[in-house]
Amino acid sequence: MKKTTLFDIISPIMIGPSSSHTAGAVRLGLLAKNIYKNKPRKVTFKLYNSYAHTGKGHGTEKGLLAGVLGLSVDDRRIKDIFDSELAKTIQYEFQYADNFKQHPNAVEMTFEGDTKMFIAGESVGAGEIAIRKINEFNVKLTGKYNTILIVYKDMPGMISQVSSILQYHNKNIASLNCDRNAKGKEASMLISLDGSVDDTIIETIQEIPEVYFVSYIEKLEN
Amino acid sequence: MTIINTFEQLLDECITKNKKIYEIAQENAAEEADITVEQVRVFTNKTLFAMKEAIQSGMASKELSMSEMCGQDCHRLQKRYKKTRAILGGTFEKIVEYALATSEENIRMGKIAACPTAGSCGIVPAALIAVSEDYNHSEREQINALITAGEVGRIISAKVALAGAVAGCQAECGAASAMSAAAICQLQGGNVSQILNAAALALKNILGLTCDPVAGLVEVPCVKRNPFLAIHSITAAELALADIKSCIPFDEVVDAMEQTGALMSPTLKESSQAGLAATKTALEIQKKIFG
Ligand code: SF4
Repeated sequence: MKKTTLFDIISPIMIGPSSSHTAGAVRLGLLAKNIYKNKPRKVTFKLYNSYAHTGKGHGTEKGLLAGVLGLSVDDRRIKDIFDSELAKTIQYEFQYADNFKQHPNAVEMTFEGDTKMFIAGESVGAGEIAIRKINEFNVKLTGKYNTILIVYKDMPGMISQVSSILQYHNKNIASLNCDRNAKGKEASMLISLDGSVDDTIIETIQEIPEVYFVSYIEKLEN
Repeated sequence: MTIINTFEQLLDECITKNKKIYEIAQENAAEEADITVEQVRVFTNKTLFAMKEAIQSGMASKELSMSEMCGQDCHRLQKRYKKTRAILGGTFEKIVEYALATSEENIRMGKIAACPTAGSCGIVPAALIAVSEDYNHSEREQINALITAGEVGRIISAKVALAGAVAGCQAECGAASAMSAAAICQLQGGNVSQILNAAALALKNILGLTCDPVAGLVEVPCVKRNPFLAIHSITAAELALADIKSCIPFDEVVDAMEQTGALMSPTLKESSQAGLAATKTALEIQKKIFG
């Protein structure tokens, strides 16, 4: 766990009432939006356990939607987001379920638009969040670092190819995690970075023949 | 930079360098985040500003929360104090009003600064801002006090996560009252030892406080707990300013809080399975809200 700082103790400035159920929900929506990138036509949110049971009283649904629409945790529009013009620009649906295997504050989001994407995450406390799944890949994204997501044909040597590109551009890797999908044909790599990267790095990675897909996921502002 | 994770280390550092807590805290926070001390103070001032805004909006609103359990108590207090003065005088009136105003703003989805959490967001600002208004403390002094409070919270959280689900409400409103006691002591000219004793006294006298919110919402008992613990923090500061010491050193009080939190039944740690949340009335309320 990241050490708590002075800043963490006297913040965030946020819309109430709950850091995990309101601010955390906004941040989950925001990070999912950064992952999906394009504006979705429709988003389906499936809330689990405590999120499903006490979400209404905490504005969890409002927070999730507001995040997907790009509002930050301290935006006063969150409260009346359902009645806003902004909310009319996409379709959304909420579903509710219980599953003891899931985190108490878990949500699954299905984005539909030009592409379809499944993103699942958890609000782990004090407004901190973790995205745990993108499509069929297990990941861990906290929104604290700029991150590169790479989906590629599972084969040896990919990690060193990518890291040499980053090294060439003088980028420092904060953490790296990999996963394979069930079939074992595709793999995913998540690289968190100190600092940011520009398009040329992403394009260079994209040019590796075995790479199916690269995406640059920006960190959250607060 | 010396890494500080205990109050003993903090006290040593203050004595060796002949500095106040806020000076050490802002220098270390700046160095760790690779920013300037001035930027740390700007960040703190933003929180202070958000706190003042929340008090203002909260004082002016009567809007109920979604559950309709809370939202009008600050209004009730203001109405009473227009006619009758509080037993303890004007500053007391302000503190309880400001604490309720902030907490009610939180539960009606208004904008607040978590300090350290959203449920306990009314304690530090109520005491800090009311006392600053009545004793003419400048913005600079208010920032010093808020940094002092933040440093106290940070060091507590180095041992115990400040979350009701981890250690009960002693780790949320309890920690907030310790932070607030430190802030008030700083404002009123307390020395480092007095500040740390104020925080220790506040925390020591709230150990064991459970987290049993009705219907799982951050409303009952949370909202009204904020004015109670804001006043609690003033008592602690007053004792400490008279050089009354906590017999148990602050670090050991935090250890005791950690142990108490670990021993506390999970049913009393934010899961709403026992305590107030399991009362007949609470269950009826829960049924009414969620069906
Ligand atoms: S009772 Fe629980 S939810 Fe309410 S303020 Fe305390 S710790 Fe937070």
